[in-house]
Amino acid sequence: MIANSVFVAVTEGVIAFLALCTVIGFVLVRHVSTPAAHDAVANLNARIRAWWGIVVVFGVALLFGRLVTLVLFAIISFLSFREFMSLTPTRAGDHRSLFLSFFVVVPVQYWLIGIDWYGLFSIFIPVYVFLMLPALSAVAGDARDFLARNAKLQWGLMLTVFAISHAPALLLLDLSGYRLPNALLLLYLMIVVQISDVFQYVFGKLFGRTRLSPAISPSKTVEGLVGGGLTAVLIGAGLSGITPFSPLQAAAMSAVIVIGGVFGGFVLSAIKRDLGVKDWGRMIEGHGGILDRMDSVSFASPLFFHLTRYYFAT
Amino acid sequence: MKSVLRLILLGVVQLLAGAHADWQGCAPQPRQRIYYANHTSHFDTLVIVAALPAELRAETHPVAALDYWGASVLRRFIAVECLNAVMIDRSGQSVDPLRPPAEFLGRGHSLILFPEGTRGTDGTVGRFRSGLYNLAQRFPHAELVPVYLDNPRRVMPKGSFLIVPLICTARFGAPLTPDPSEDKDLFLARARNALVALADPQRSPEAPLEAAR
Repeated sequence: MIANSVFVAVTEGVIAFLALCTVIGFVLVRHVSTPAAHDAVANLNARIRAWWGIVVVFGVALLFGRLVTLVLFAIISFLSFREFMSLTPTRAGDHRSLFLSFFVVVPVQYWLIGIDWYGLFSIFIPVYVFLMLPALSAVAGDARDFLARNAKLQWGLMLTVFAISHAPALLLLDLSGYRLPNALLLLYLMIVVQISDVFQYVFGKLFGRTRLSPAISPSKTVEGLVGGGLTAVLIGAGLSGITPFSPLQAAAMSAVIVIGGVFGGFVLSAIKRDLGVKDWGRMIEGHGGILDRMDSVSFASPLFFHLTRYYFAT
Repeated sequence: MKSVLRLILLGVVQLLAGAHADWQGCAPQPRQRIYYANHTSHFDTLVIVAALPAELRAETHPVAALDYWGASVLRRFIAVECLNAVMIDRSGQSVDPLRPPAEFLGRGHSLILFPEGTRGTDGTVGRFRSGLYNLAQRFPHAELVPVYLDNPRRVMPKGSFLIVPLICTARFGAPLTPDPSEDKDLFLARARNALVALADPQRSPEAPLEAAR
């Protein structure tokens, strides 16, 4: 358990912010007149309700420590990978590879974090799984779309398991001169990523004029991107007290997280367009699937992890 | 006790396979229906039952093959007690294999039927056997609702015991409009076309993979 006053303070801040959002949503419902605006506010409120759930689950996991946090992220990877593969065509020859991916690759990747084996953690999926799965597929003897099938499977694992696992991997870093529990660094990453997402959405809805790329992500606007990104960098810099970074370093780290997150959302949108779907799933009301919330995390986490490790780990 | 076990079983199915219901052509209503679906996996029956709203499950009976679902005590228990299934004998020894399902229809209940009779392997919808036609003739008031199942084949394909937890969708189409002038073959072809039309062109095995653009 992390019984830490800083953790409590940050959690209180998040709860206060969500409470404010809930009140705003409550007031907005009473003041909209057009059906389109009503739908927008209803979606906003569904998103806020879902955020309460996410914050409670995540907060409790962090509070109970490393094991529970790792299990939570393993479940998130499992469900994200499930959403990814459910929409991606495979053939009967991939059945064993898929089974192994779900029930061996996902647990092993998180177990490696649990036992502090950084060396294998960082190459397990890109090297060993990368070689093993196509070998299994080849043994199954079905050559049709072989390259496409294996590429999709490896992509799914890299994105939803390997990349996302870098967020809880922050817990295994030994940071010089950092006296707070590493869980706060994970909390920091999640706050900056999600604040960036939320304020891109808010600024986009309020001031969005110039569409960034209508063919890939119709709701992303330049105004939303700039407004959301700047807000996240400011909040990230303001939270430097819970990190090993100085305020300026924290601003730079937040900028990396924001840019990674934006491209994560962008790339996963492009995949969704390619697969002909709007959302990854239906698990979280108002948001879509788990992967719709984790797309930015998947790109931001490895960047944040390696920069932190390179510059701040002992 | 039975209902608790049923809830646990269907809960596990939903956990593993999502079992999402997509009511495209009709709404879930408590009226007499024959749902007919493509058959690719033993998982099909579980998915379609899990996708139905709880209040419809008690009076909706999947038609299950005696030679598989009656083969062991556990399977029979799952089929009959948990899924409310009605067994039919595919061996050809029975004089009227459709009698057990017809009895349920006679009571005003609904059925879930796999008119191909057996599981396909390549994902395409096979030729329909005559059971659907015969039941439709005997119970003209029952609505015939096509249900396209996406993904159960990938969860547990024919010949494999490994379960891969992918999200399955049951897509419910519009009921077939009755046409008394049709003969058996025309009717079965029309019923099959209505089912195939529900396949997702992006991901359907009906369309070859490289055409899934």
